Amino acid sequence: MPRPMTVAEKILAAHAGLDEVRPGQLVECDVDIVLANDITAPIAIDVFRELGATEVFDRDRVCLVPDHYAPNKDIKSAEQTKKMRDFAHEQKVAHYWEQGCAGIEHALLPETGTVVPGDLIIGADSHTCTYGALGAFSTGVGSTDAGVGLATGRCWFKVPPTIKFEIEGELVDGATPKDVILHIIGMIGVDGALYQAMEFTGSAIRSMSMEGRMTISNMAIEAGGKAGIMEVDDVARAWLEGRCQRPYVEYHADPDAEYAQVIHIDAADIKPCVAWPHLPGNTHPVSESTHIAIDQAVIGSCTNGRIEDMRAAAEVLRGRTVNPNVRCIVIPATQAVFKKCMAEGLADVFIDAGCVFSTPTCGPCLGGYMGILAAGERCVSTTNRNFVGRMGDPTSEVYLASPAVAAASAVAGHIAAPSDL
Amino acid sequence: MHFEGTAFRYGRDIDTDVIIPARYLNSSDHAYLASHCLEDLDPTFVERMKPGDIIVAEENFGCGSSREHAPVAIKAAGVSCVIAKSFARIFYRNAINIGLPILECPEAVDAIADGVRVSVDTDTGTITNIDTGEAFASEPFPPFIAEIIEAGGLVNRTRAKLAAQ
Repeated sequence: MPRPMTVAEKILAAHAGLDEVRPGQLVECDVDIVLANDITAPIAIDVFRELGATEVFDRDRVCLVPDHYAPNKDIKSAEQTKKMRDFAHEQKVAHYWEQGCAGIEHALLPETGTVVPGDLIIGADSHTCTYGALGAFSTGVGSTDAGVGLATGRCWFKVPPTIKFEIEGELVDGATPKDVILHIIGMIGVDGALYQAMEFTGSAIRSMSMEGRMTISNMAIEAGGKAGIMEVDDVARAWLEGRCQRPYVEYHADPDAEYAQVIHIDAADIKPCVAWPHLPGNTHPVSESTHIAIDQAVIGSCTNGRIEDMRAAAEVLRGRTVNPNVRCIVIPATQAVFKKCMAEGLADVFIDAGCVFSTPTCGPCLGGYMGILAAGERCVSTTNRNFVGRMGDPTSEVYLASPAVAAASAVAGHIAAPSDL
Repeated sequence: MHFEGTAFRYGRDIDTDVIIPARYLNSSDHAYLASHCLEDLDPTFVERMKPGDIIVAEENFGCGSSREHAPVAIKAAGVSCVIAKSFARIFYRNAINIGLPILECPEAVDAIADGVRVSVDTDTGTITNIDTGEAFASEPFPPFIAEIIEAGGLVNRTRAKLAAQ
């Protein structure tokens, strides 16, 4: 009998061809998916060539997504997307989406069923941990790891210890999945899960939509986590039905699996909150942040650009207008989300409220384009990072919040909860 | 490998956005990235540092994005190595993979002030404060990672493995 294992350990063992693994063990694994984007792929392609490789390990297991500076923001970005496009065509990569068919990678891959439960996924983007919500072991790597992965389909891993977060009860008083993960990062710190896997469980997770779960797994990296995993349940199975491009494997933690730590959280203790500059762990309740005037609100990103996020923002903005001192930028994460916004009338709500309503892009989240901040400006954003200079000038400030809070703040002109309007 | 240089001392949670801001990620040219290294943290770093100098920082160095442009910018700027109390895991992998020497040693970080002359022997993991003569032993690398470093990075190691097949 192999030792009792966590979900992370089981997936790594299976992909290393071993019966069991234990934390600290170094293993070489076959990966199911190698992902890169227009910023990280160009270097990965150079690595691929340097290796002398001529063919990707499996054209059906490579994902290349132009999303960060696409549609091309300038000539240099155009060269980067071109380099990735040329490579995708040369290698007949199955999962390349052209601008117009694409979207933000971490919304697009689950939505299209390209990533499935039980997968071992490496992505040259730190928010690759998003697919943990599907029961996959999915982690961010650099371009060299991705380039080696493109050539060999293999990657080395140090098996991480796992921290289990048991979140029990119901979210109340307007708290959302974004508040859950900000609360956790605030509690354990931005390196609280360094070198470790995070496993999220409990009745609050089980009663949450897949969109909400992906918001939580997405930000595991902001606590230093290597993965942010959830077990597959009936909600996940229903969402995956008819979507997955491949058969999938469910891995469940053994009841006596060893955890580095088990942290219990009462969902009722989680307040709608905002992460003040300049760390995602610098969380404060919305109620203590309402004195902060804002210049911009951004609603979108791989963290909060899914249809449920758009609905939450539209619910607040319906029949209201954006404060004249604020630019509110709404960016659905994929073309499918964009179309749903049109079909459900949400696009009208945003435009009537005076929002910018844009085609999918990562643009403003990382200070690329489509919403750069001037010196001293403040933005409330549903994105994932608020580091110095993240969204523009080094003296600008980013406050991280849920879609409902970002929308309410856009109307109020300062940080606010929907109940403040 | 043996390095000697002046310490540039920084705090904790130095993120990849301040190491190389995303406004420069529309290129992967090493010299271009190096010219903006640490720009949003220490705008005069690039003009003050000399080849061989050493970055010394507290916990969680390199947190945030997976951009390999961050260790590339540091290496291409001429920094010989980074000493920190701990590294964010993607930065750690990326540094090893591209051959930027990194050492974890909380005691050395506490004993090295900005501007101090430091020598580093990566083979033994010894860090010496040249001004005081104090020496510190950093965490040794696991053999598997030492093998990647010895090969000169992951590309060389993988190329050798592919050739052997």
